[in-house]
Amino acid sequence: MPEQTLIGAIRDGLACALAADPRVVVMGEDVGRVGGVFRATEGLQERFGAERVVDTPLAESGIAGTAIGMAAYGLRPVAEMQFMGFVLPAVDQIVSHAARLRARTHGRYTAPLVIRTPYGGLIRAPELHSESLEAFFCHLPGVKVACPSTPRDAKGLLLAAIADPDPVIFMEPMRLYRSVREDIPDEAFTVPLGPARLARPGRDVTVVAWGAMVPVSLRAAGEVAGEGIEAEVIDLRTLAPLDEASLVESVRRTGRAVVVHEAVRTAGFGAEVAARIAEAAFLHLQAPVARCTAPDAPYPPFLLEDRFVPQPADVAAAIRSVVAF
Amino acid sequence: MVAFDFEGQPAFLDEGGHLLPGARTPDPEFALRLYRQMLLARRLDIRCVNLQRQGRIGTYPPGAGQEGVQIGAAMAMAEADWLFPTYRDGAAAAARGQPLDSLVRYWMGHPRGGIAPEGVNVFPFSIPVGSHIPHAAGMAWAARLRGDPACAVCLFGDGATSEGDFHEGLNFAAVMGAPAVFVCENNGYAISVPLSRQTASARIAAKAEGYGIPGLTVDGNDVLAVHAAVADALGRARAGHGPTLVEALTYRLGPHTTSDDPTRYRSADEESAARAREPLARLATYLAAAGLLSDEDRERAEAEADARIEQAVQAALGSEPPDPADMTAFTVAAEATEAKGGKAHA
Repeated sequence: MPEQTLIGAIRDGLACALAADPRVVVMGEDVGRVGGVFRATEGLQERFGAERVVDTPLAESGIAGTAIGMAAYGLRPVAEMQFMGFVLPAVDQIVSHAARLRARTHGRYTAPLVIRTPYGGLIRAPELHSESLEAFFCHLPGVKVACPSTPRDAKGLLLAAIADPDPVIFMEPMRLYRSVREDIPDEAFTVPLGPARLARPGRDVTVVAWGAMVPVSLRAAGEVAGEGIEAEVIDLRTLAPLDEASLVESVRRTGRAVVVHEAVRTAGFGAEVAARIAEAAFLHLQAPVARCTAPDAPYPPFLLEDRFVPQPADVAAAIRSVVAF
Repeated sequence: MVAFDFEGQPAFLDEGGHLLPGARTPDPEFALRLYRQMLLARRLDIRCVNLQRQGRIGTYPPGAGQEGVQIGAAMAMAEADWLFPTYRDGAAAAARGQPLDSLVRYWMGHPRGGIAPEGVNVFPFSIPVGSHIPHAAGMAWAARLRGDPACAVCLFGDGATSEGDFHEGLNFAAVMGAPAVFVCENNGYAISVPLSRQTASARIAAKAEGYGIPGLTVDGNDVLAVHAAVADALGRARAGHGPTLVEALTYRLGPHTTSDDPTRYRSADEESAARAREPLARLATYLAAAGLLSDEDRERAEAEADARIEQAVQAALGSEPPDPADMTAFTVAAEATEAKGGKAHA
């Protein structure tokens, strides 16, 4: 089992899918010749050809809309949106068509496509290159949303997303592309869309996170462990569908919960997590559910981003506050 | 409607229904098939407006006047080709095999309406204007990648050409060499906004130049001309020569929808002039003059169409009430509706 970075695992997953299934087409801006702006698709065009790994025109709605037509015809397009901040021109296609093609035709037509999109901050990027827009897509029945935090999950969830019969938004934490490494199998394997992962067991408080906020939460858990607080960290991995059962099981044990996300606070996905906990574990709660999020403001120029995105100290403070409640 | 010289483009019938000098004489059987299909569409359209007025179906967008484009394009398609229609393209959908009762059921707001049966390659009506144009590009490109002979035919109005998806879809199709034919039903208005406020381009077909693909303008009320133009474009697409933009000039005889009042933006003179050029009467005039359609034939054709429509309307109105479970049953594939959790594991 070779050691892989998260981006290496994604590349590996794409290669496995291209090799195994002739219906798979990787497409997007700069994914071919240059191998993607992050090199997620490096070497794939050389190996699989320019009709399987396709440089498209610079047009996000066109990429998504074309992918819908391809998917409806029987291909399995894996489209890259270069940064999540640039997915917005494609939202009409995702909302008006991809998400509802199955429903409005009772399954006669479907859109089994994957939209891969690097998301999130803390990489010193220019404006609009650091967005976390998961809540938009979680508000969209018919679309699944995955967000891995480890190389193993990145490869396994990506292969599950490509095999899935419905559209999947696949969010890749840019911050973790090259900062996490793990031994993962060379061959294809899947991590099912849905189940959460227990990233760290604990008895005092449940910390719920996904993507780049998982290692942040783990560091916070390590910090409060020295104070005698045993924080359990749950990596949701898939936001839609949401593994409510695991979430509730954990909170019923710990009686306390902190939700961490780098998206802004209001109507963020943390609100949904908090609501599910309130609905299903209310009588087990020892404290209100805390949200540790970005403030309600546009993502700032990067000299301020360390203050915008939750840091381990912020999460640790939130953990202490619910424990001390 | 702007007067236009269709010189150099396929043309068969003048506005009065006379075969144009130099035009090939159409195959009589085929011309009669076109007529019967247009007649069926026209009478279904009128019936749907009446059903809406009676409160038996919901808001309805009449297509009367645009049958020449829709039927001409649809009847040029091969069985494997896919049609990407808008909400006004029921005539084209029916010509491709969409059952009439399914169309009526759709406008009744019944969730089982508007779904093409297996083997009928008609995409669901696109409601957001122009947003289906990239789908046609993608489907056609996918067919090419798979080595299938299937092409896409995409219908849209003049208003759609202002949308970004028109640009993105045509550009994709052109760059990828997708076997697609983009047919603009230019009826001169996007609801109330006239073409002059939609584009400063003299011709929508001229936009094809910007994509490096052929573009042509035909008289959309000459069903034979539309058929010839789309058949030719499909032939080029199938031969690997990529997409074509066909602009078909036509006129929406009715309102945008049953909720619209076109007298607020169109003059009675303009409407009556358009009525004199409409495609169904034009073809009927030709067929009668050619001895292919007697008064008796016409009455029989009308009765046959009405009988089919009556049967479809009764079937639709007599539908089982929709099952509320259908609201969520098809959101995602049945095998994958639940997150399989319970207790998170490492």
